[in-house]
Amino acid sequence: MARRKMSLHLMRRKTVNAVMLSLTGLCTFIATGTLLYILGYLFVHGGKNLSWDFFTKLPAPVGEAGGGMANAILGSAKLLLLATAIGVPIGFLGGVYLAEFGGNTFAYLVRYVTDLLNGVPSIVIGIFAYTLIVLPQGHFSTMAGGLALSIMMIPIAIRSSEEFLRAVPLALREGAMALGASKSKAILTVVIPAAKNGIMTGIMLNLARVAGETAPLIFTSLGNRFWSPGWEQPTASLPVMIYTYALGPYEDWHQQAWAAGFVLLALVLAVNIVARLMLSRQAHVIR
Amino acid sequence: MAASTTSAVKARPSGRAQSFQQRLRAGDDLAYAVTLAAAITILAITALLVYELYVHSTLSRHKFGWSFLVTRTWDPVAEQFGALPFIYGTVVTSVIALLLGIPLGVGAAIFLAELAPPKISSGLTFLIELLAAVPSVIFGLLGVFVLIPILHKLEDPIRSALGWTPLFQGPFYGVSMLSAGVVLSLMIIPFIISISREVILAVPNDQREAALALGATRWESTWDVVVPYAYKGITGSIFLSLARALGETMAVTMVIGNDPKINTSLFAPGYSIAAIIANEFAEAPGEMYTSALIELGLVLFALTIIINGAARLLVAGTSSKGGT
Amino acid sequence: MQAPMPQQSTEITSPQALNVAIPAEAKLSGESASKLSATSLVFHYGAFKALHGISMQVYANRVTAFIGPSGCGKSTFLRTLNRMNETIRHSRVEGEILLDGENIFNLDVSEVRRRVGMVFQKSNPFPKSIFENIAYGPRINGYENRAALRDRVEQSLRRAALWDEVKDKLQQSAYSLSGGQQQRLCIARALAVNPEVLLLDEPCSALDPIATAKIEDLIFQLKNSCTIVIVTHNMQQAARVADFTGFFLMGKLIEFDNTTKIFKNPSMRETEDYVTGRFG
Repeated sequence: MARRKMSLHLMRRKTVNAVMLSLTGLCTFIATGTLLYILGYLFVHGGKNLSWDFFTKLPAPVGEAGGGMANAILGSAKLLLLATAIGVPIGFLGGVYLAEFGGNTFAYLVRYVTDLLNGVPSIVIGIFAYTLIVLPQGHFSTMAGGLALSIMMIPIAIRSSEEFLRAVPLALREGAMALGASKSKAILTVVIPAAKNGIMTGIMLNLARVAGETAPLIFTSLGNRFWSPGWEQPTASLPVMIYTYALGPYEDWHQQAWAAGFVLLALVLAVNIVARLMLSRQAHVIR
Repeated sequence: MAASTTSAVKARPSGRAQSFQQRLRAGDDLAYAVTLAAAITILAITALLVYELYVHSTLSRHKFGWSFLVTRTWDPVAEQFGALPFIYGTVVTSVIALLLGIPLGVGAAIFLAELAPPKISSGLTFLIELLAAVPSVIFGLLGVFVLIPILHKLEDPIRSALGWTPLFQGPFYGVSMLSAGVVLSLMIIPFIISISREVILAVPNDQREAALALGATRWESTWDVVVPYAYKGITGSIFLSLARALGETMAVTMVIGNDPKINTSLFAPGYSIAAIIANEFAEAPGEMYTSALIELGLVLFALTIIINGAARLLVAGTSSKGGT
Repeated sequence: MQAPMPQQSTEITSPQALNVAIPAEAKLSGESASKLSATSLVFHYGAFKALHGISMQVYANRVTAFIGPSGCGKSTFLRTLNRMNETIRHSRVEGEILLDGENIFNLDVSEVRRRVGMVFQKSNPFPKSIFENIAYGPRINGYENRAALRDRVEQSLRRAALWDEVKDKLQQSAYSLSGGQQQRLCIARALAVNPEVLLLDEPCSALDPIATAKIEDLIFQLKNSCTIVIVTHNMQQAARVADFTGFFLMGKLIEFDNTTKIFKNPSMRETEDYVTGRFG
């Protein structure tokens, strides 16, 4: 009799086991399901609103239907170009410093501050760019927006560069130096090329992240319903257009927001997938 | 050239050899200098950021002092500003996000790390990491056009189940703290999952074996032994997600309702720090207003620094186990 | 292989609380009862065939040792005895293992593992207190009463000859103990669920000679209440503690007999080569 009581207890444990397995599976399903749902929804609603006009026309006057987001696409491209031009070199060189000359207290401080900067909300970075550029100049500009985005790129660029440089085996460096190369020559000709793939993918992922940022642009590059030649004028950008149009009162605007959302998401995800695949393939090669 | 060629060690090479060495050293020095300059730039940028925030919020800080943090009024006309409604909104939406996100995130992490076969686990983790890459404004877009209609449909069931609490009273217009909290939870779940999953995977296998060999079921081994072992790292991931949630701007702005009032009901609209800065900054009338907004930015900055700092301590505290 | 000397199997220590029925066959005179028996056990992981049809008996209240060179399959076979090999993905088992006549593959796996306990090569205490480590097994089996738990913890620690050393610091972390003490803690933890069989997988390989000696003494005492199977790469240890010894080579059981016979007068040439140190 006592034996049967124990096996009832055991049955209860087994049931709990099965239930919890299912529950945790359900959690996973919800998480992955959300992504797939987002993708699917954007594909359907955004895809059907895409047109040639979207890519080539300027926005129509407020209230009128039609038009496109050509200026926003160009604006985003310019902003990202500027951000990359400023952010990547600083981040990359900083990463080289940490990987090759680091190890002292100063390097520790740099890492700590980098992590700190990484955690700063993007809106606060926007405020910073505003006080730094917009305020003194007295107007919103592409330059201010580009700078804000570059500041967001720097911490990630440092960390990923450092990580990939560190991953280069010591044997490679020592080999170069044993052949008579100076430290800087070894870094330039051996270490950096070896880490090249990883660093490239790091830049790609960084770009993809920053491409979707809206908050720092709202009061730096602001927005523009026309072309904005040069760097001193406010410019439209894809994320800000999505934001503006989604909250606007016109159904036409909503549809364009979906289309823009689809384009933005497709680009961001495409870059992410390619970068991650490159990374995992590289991992296999090294191992 | 005059030096004897048979001596093994030369104190100083002569002629061409000397300038070659100098060039080598110069190359090294140059590399060091350039990279050091980059490293210093980062420190400079951060210091400048703190400085600018501090200086440009001076007007507001001097006028309101510490009471800024506990004042409810936000009256641009009378130029009376208080941060409390925004702190409240930020905290409430983040708490909702955590309440929803932690069970879902940790549950999924447990499934992916312990219970799922490896191939399925890495495939699904890949998908979830893609979710982390979705821009905030896209979440906002879906929040406005998909989530809010869904919540409208769910309004009656929620009200009948929980309407007796002060949390679910009053009219529901779609934009609300509840909506913002739900969107936020979807945004932090991928982070909780990916960090927790790594931490759980890093738990030594002999722990699981010890539990299983005692007759524990898979779940018992996971819940009683593995998860407690990984506890610090999981908590760290939660803190990191909280830090992220606090600073989230776009998705929250688009669905929170933008009402600078403190309401107990989650059905009511609210406002977060990031949201009001996003909405008002570009056209802020007057220096005091701008200064108050910047002071809000300073508050947000301080909040995220503290939480991030705590998080890194926790994740690092699991020594060589996973972490970012 | 001859069934060896008559020895009355003494009673298994207080199993009442967990209500393990003492099988009638164990109480006999004239021959040792078979506690575990394997019949044509084959084990694959992935495409690799690790065990090639092992058949043998483990006798109740005796110490059985498995010896052999590295990679011979002795640990793999040990792990099939409590179905721990099932934690390896893409693994396959064929054949039978009977525990008191019942095929363990038809029994519930958690129940099998409660009855057949295991101590691992490297001690693996949980990051909990000493008390909680020992109490874990009984807890999951339904022990809730604090007093009963305390008694069980004390009893297990006494059986593992660790009680005197830790009785005043039960709430301290298990990691505060030395390597040898941690391993005895793991033995106490395994004993806390009153297993009928205790599997020891090279339990002393990470320990110094003094700690090793303590555990060997322990094995002598435990076999009165428990059946012991020990895998060891140390032949002297097998000669010291084991009643029966099985010699494994390349996934096959080459010879199984009384320890004295294996070491003094082995039947198989491979056994003789191994025990005389010609290889391995």
